[in-house]
Amino acid sequence: MKLRSLAAALAATVVLPFGAANAVDLEVTHWWTSGGEAAAVAELAKAFDATGNKWVDGAIAGSGGTARPIMISRITGGDPMAATQFNHGRQAEELVQSGLMRDLTDVATRENWKEIVKPASLLESCTIEGKIYCAPVNIHSWQWLWLSNAAFKQAGVPVPKNWDEFVAAAPALEKAGIVPLAVGGQPWQAAGAFDVLMVAIAGKDTFEKVFAQKDEEVAAGPDIAKVFKAADDARGMAKGSNVQDWNQATNLVITGKAGGQIMGDWAQGEFQLAGQKAGVDYTCLPGLGVNEVISTGGDAFYFPLLEDEEKSKAQEQLASTLLKPETQVAFNLKKGSLPVRGDVDLAAANDCMKKGLDILAKGNVIKGTDQLLSADSQKQKEDLFSEFFANPSMTPEDAQKRFAEIIAAAD
Amino acid sequence: MTGQTRGSARPNQWLRNLNAKIASIPMILTAVVIFLGGTAWTVLYSFTNSKLLPRLSFVGLDQYERLWAAPRWLVSIENLAIYGLLSLIFSLVIGFVLAALMDQKIRFENTFRTIMLYPFALSFIVTGLVWQWLLNPQYGIQSIVRSLGWTSFNFDPLYNSDIVIYGILIAALWQGTGLVMCLMLAGLRGIDEDIWKAARVDGIPMWKTYVLVIIPMMRGVFITTLVIIASGIVKVYDLVVAQTSGGPGIASEVPAKYVYDYMFQAQNLGQGFAASTMMLVTVAIIIVPWAYLEFGGGRKRA
Repeated sequence: MKLRSLAAALAATVVLPFGAANAVDLEVTHWWTSGGEAAAVAELAKAFDATGNKWVDGAIAGSGGTARPIMISRITGGDPMAATQFNHGRQAEELVQSGLMRDLTDVATRENWKEIVKPASLLESCTIEGKIYCAPVNIHSWQWLWLSNAAFKQAGVPVPKNWDEFVAAAPALEKAGIVPLAVGGQPWQAAGAFDVLMVAIAGKDTFEKVFAQKDEEVAAGPDIAKVFKAADDARGMAKGSNVQDWNQATNLVITGKAGGQIMGDWAQGEFQLAGQKAGVDYTCLPGLGVNEVISTGGDAFYFPLLEDEEKSKAQEQLASTLLKPETQVAFNLKKGSLPVRGDVDLAAANDCMKKGLDILAKGNVIKGTDQLLSADSQKQKEDLFSEFFANPSMTPEDAQKRFAEIIAAAD
Repeated sequence: MTGQTRGSARPNQWLRNLNAKIASIPMILTAVVIFLGGTAWTVLYSFTNSKLLPRLSFVGLDQYERLWAAPRWLVSIENLAIYGLLSLIFSLVIGFVLAALMDQKIRFENTFRTIMLYPFALSFIVTGLVWQWLLNPQYGIQSIVRSLGWTSFNFDPLYNSDIVIYGILIAALWQGTGLVMCLMLAGLRGIDEDIWKAARVDGIPMWKTYVLVIIPMMRGVFITTLVIIASGIVKVYDLVVAQTSGGPGIASEVPAKYVYDYMFQAQNLGQGFAASTMMLVTVAIIIVPWAYLEFGGGRKRA
């Protein structure tokens, strides 16, 4: 039923353009629905509307896990939207391989994406067999610890400067009735927090050995054992954060009910929307303050192959609009993420974003786990870590054994 | 037409009642192509390593081996067993007791029946959300009892891994017993008044009449109810999604959710198909004996 009404709505959008010349409606699906995200996506829509076309917003609530199956089944089911968000990397790999997605190489060469997109790994993730299939729009890094200054003031301890100090401050926070670490119940949050702990504690090389080379011996070894030890600490500190969504967890930090949260830089948009100031109301520690490395995963737009020529042309316009310097600045300031081109001026960026830009300029970057692992391995990791974080009777050793098995089976 | 058929020397079995057979072709095609065909397709592809899109590269029993080694699948099966057994017992017992009470020619029976049946009109998603709020320690039952003065009262099944499945069971019973009650009530109404009169004349106590006479007479109703409840148990999904989304951790996962998550989120169709084939086997284990009893055994007796 739902599909049919969607199809009807789509059919209506197809009929319209014949009346009004040139103005083409493009339906764009994405899962940016939290306050900060919605404000950012409105910037993209504005920029695209300015080209004389019309952005038809197809927001799907419930984060990527809910949205991606809907997007994929629409594309494979023969009812594609004009453009859709994915995390670039391996999520859309098979769609591209089976010829359902549009090749953007022409636009990319014309606009010289190879030169302007920094770091180059972003465009690499969009490239399959030498052709470019997506337009990266931002860089999102996972490796951030967000701290509520008010919470630490209430507990009477100074705001920590790194993970170890944070762990040490946990008892004081608990005494003041504050949950030290907010972790939402959605499985990807626990898995993501673990990946962050891994870069921070075991370092960049180990991270790459495990996730890029899938070295199961390293995954079962002493370095990763240390990471599981830290995850065990995190599990103890996260007890009592009875929330589901990541932005609810961020909200606990914003309101000072929780001490901190390990979350990607998209959390920044929430702080901004709540009118908080970096350095004054909240503190951010990239790489948990231990190892200042950030991952360069992020969001990209993929364009399904469409038959309608007008729409195909408009897709090109949309792709080039997304990478325009003005769009990049406006969008990323609202979103709290970093722009994909190194040549734009982000004077308006706040402290945290500047820290991120610095690290990016220094080249302390890693690929994100979405780029390195298949969705299948990611899901198995999510199952493992959501169980680990919720079940105190699961020992770090057992968890590590299962983790090594997942890495061994990963492709 | 019938006359002609009867007149011919050897009536063809296949041409008898031709109109009815032609009319049922669409239904037969639907059953064969969509149900049987779809099932066979799923089972076939469960032996492949299909990822996001189905493809025929066979890997033998790999998917099944991985399935039965996955802790999450084992938890799902265990949850289904607990949930299934208890919801079967409780919904039958509660449903029957309610129906028996309703059958005592009470006043306002219609009103009570409507009230009892109302939860069934709600979808599982709504039921799940309502009970998520009721069982939430900050807003629900726990906070109400605490605000009445019993401050150490603790009731948060949805946030405790050990008992979360019972929290889901409560919601399922609240939703489902009304229907069981109605089915039972219909069965009770089908019992001849004379049986009750005879039992009363013989001085048999009421509970004994129910247990020894009435329930055995209601065999058909019980079997129908059993099948309805059992199929509801195997496919439980939306209730869990609405109440806990499988949490805390993986403590309230169920097989149907495993199938969905692996097919669509993990983009691993092979694994999802293997899991759904196992679910089909479970259903077959329930349905086949029932069908045998109802149709095979029944014909012999008649």
